[in-house]
Parts: sequence; C-alpha cells; structure tokens
Amino acid sequence: MTLEYILFALIIVVGTGGELCLGRAMKQTGELEKFSPSAVITLLGRALRVKWIWIGVAMMATAFFSLLLLLSFEDVSFVVPVTALSYLVGALGGIFFLGERVSWQRWIGIALVCVGVTLVVISR
Amino acid sequence: MERGGVLSGRLHLNTSVSLCRVCSGARLCQRRSCTMNEAQLGSVAPAQMHTRLHLKTYFLIAVMVVAGPIGNLLIAKAMKQTGPIKYWPPSDLLHVFLHVFGSFTIWAGIACLITFIVAFMLALSVADYSYVQPAAALGYVMIALLGVFVLGEKVSPLHWAGIAIICLGVSFIRGTHPRTTENPD
Repeated sequence: MTLEYILFALIIVVGTGGELCLGRAMKQTGELEKFSPSAVITLLGRALRVKWIWIGVAMMATAFFSLLLLLSFEDVSFVVPVTALSYLVGALGGIFFLGERVSWQRWIGIALVCVGVTLVVISR
Repeated sequence: MERGGVLSGRLHLNTSVSLCRVCSGARLCQRRSCTMNEAQLGSVAPAQMHTRLHLKTYFLIAVMVVAGPIGNLLIAKAMKQTGPIKYWPPSDLLHVFLHVFGSFTIWAGIACLITFIVAFMLALSVADYSYVQPAAALGYVMIALLGVFVLGEKVSPLHWAGIAIICLGVSFIRGTHPRTTENPD
C-alpha cells in the first residue's frame, strides 16, 4: 500500500515536474520566430544544450516507468486522481518554478479542465 | 500616446496605434514597469507581433492535439496486431519484436509522437506551461472524435459532458495571455 502511494506521488510530481523542466529549458532557449524547418531545427539544437531538458527527459522517463509498474499490480481507477492532480501541480509549478502569472480566469479554466478530464476518464 | 504595456523585452503594444486582432491587446499589460522608450520599440508593428504570438500558440497546440492521440492509437493498433506476447524462449520475443517494428503502423505512430513532443517543446518556447498543459486537454476531444468517426465506438453522455466542460475550460484559458514571462535574453 505504501509503495502504491510512493509510485502515485512519483507519477504526479515527477511526471509534471519533468514537463516543467522542459518548459524551463524552452524559456531559456528563446521563442520560435518562424515556422521554417531550419528555424525549428536550430531552436531544438539550442534546446538540447540546456541542462534542464535532460533533467526533464529523465524525470518524464521515471514517471513513465513508475506508471507501468503501478499498472502491473493496480487497476486503472487510480488514473483519475493522477490526471486531475497533474493540472493542479502543473499550475503551481508554472507559478513557483517558471515565474508565470496565473490569473483568476486561467485558474477557472484549469479547474474546469480538471472536472472535464475527470468525467471523461471515469466514463470509460 | 498611451503605452499599452510590455509582452517581453522586445514586444510592446502601442494601444493608440493598433490592437492585436485576437485579444484586442487589452490583456497585454502584464508587466508592472516598462522601461523601454519609443526608439527601442523597433520597426516591427507590436500589435502584429502580438497577433503572431497567439497564432503560433494556437497552431502548435492544434498540432499536439491532433498528433498525440493519433500516435497513441497507431501504436496501440500495432501492438494489438501481434496478439499476446510470449517472453520465452527469447527467439519468440525476437519474433514479436521484428513483427511489431516491421509494420508500417508502428513507425507512423512513432512519427506522430515525435511530432507531438516537438510541437510541445515549441509551444513551451512561445507560451506558458500553465497555458499549454490545460489547453492540450483538447486531446481528449480528439480521442472521442476518433473513437466515434474512425473506430465506430459509442461515447456515453457523461463522456460528452466531460468534453463540453473541457472545451469551456479551454475557452477560459484562451482568454488569458499566452505568455506572462519574459525572455531572459
């Protein structure tokens, strides 16, 4: 039971944290200016030299294998809180790790997305 | 002339000249202090830059929403074609491996997922994580549409209700400014 909770927390915190690290790397890389193949390749090449991208990829891989491990002895019902909580963790990470400003309007949107995703997942 | 505000170090909006076509520029004033003068604004019309920021974000999120679910669907299809996997003896596993990676479906799925992750990274270079992550929940809408129109599945009313609420939530997020941080350079 304890192992389940540890894996559960790993999937939410490490999975979303990995995406946040990707966000941090891309903010350092700079904005995509135009949609030409050379501009995209140049930007991605620059991104691969930022350490946060590798921290992010490692964390996302950890979360993925934790999910596989949890799925091997638990049914899919735990997916509901995982998907809903990841939006909350993502918004908090955006504020405190990336310095984003989340307005009340965006909070309402995030809350509605949480509710909607939960309904979609439980209706399967 | 009234100064509208700052989007990043480079992007300014001069409200008296023109407004962003997408959000009317009203939500651009997010930085508390603006230190740049008219001469530093550059030659590009700020409102035009601002519109481009919105359109780039929408386009990249649209690519994520389409490519992600299709990629997952193709990979699931390729894995199901093999039937139950036998892990022993190793020659059987090798046979399964060759069968899976010999199919066109798996490579099409992998290509879709690479497209997804690249679009995700590019979207994060343009917009906030707290904007892109919830907006990408539109992928659930795509999954439902694929289920109905491609796989011929039935979708329950509760499922449709969830999809309607996701769309409502994303419309709220769309009303916020895509990027509230500045480029460090």
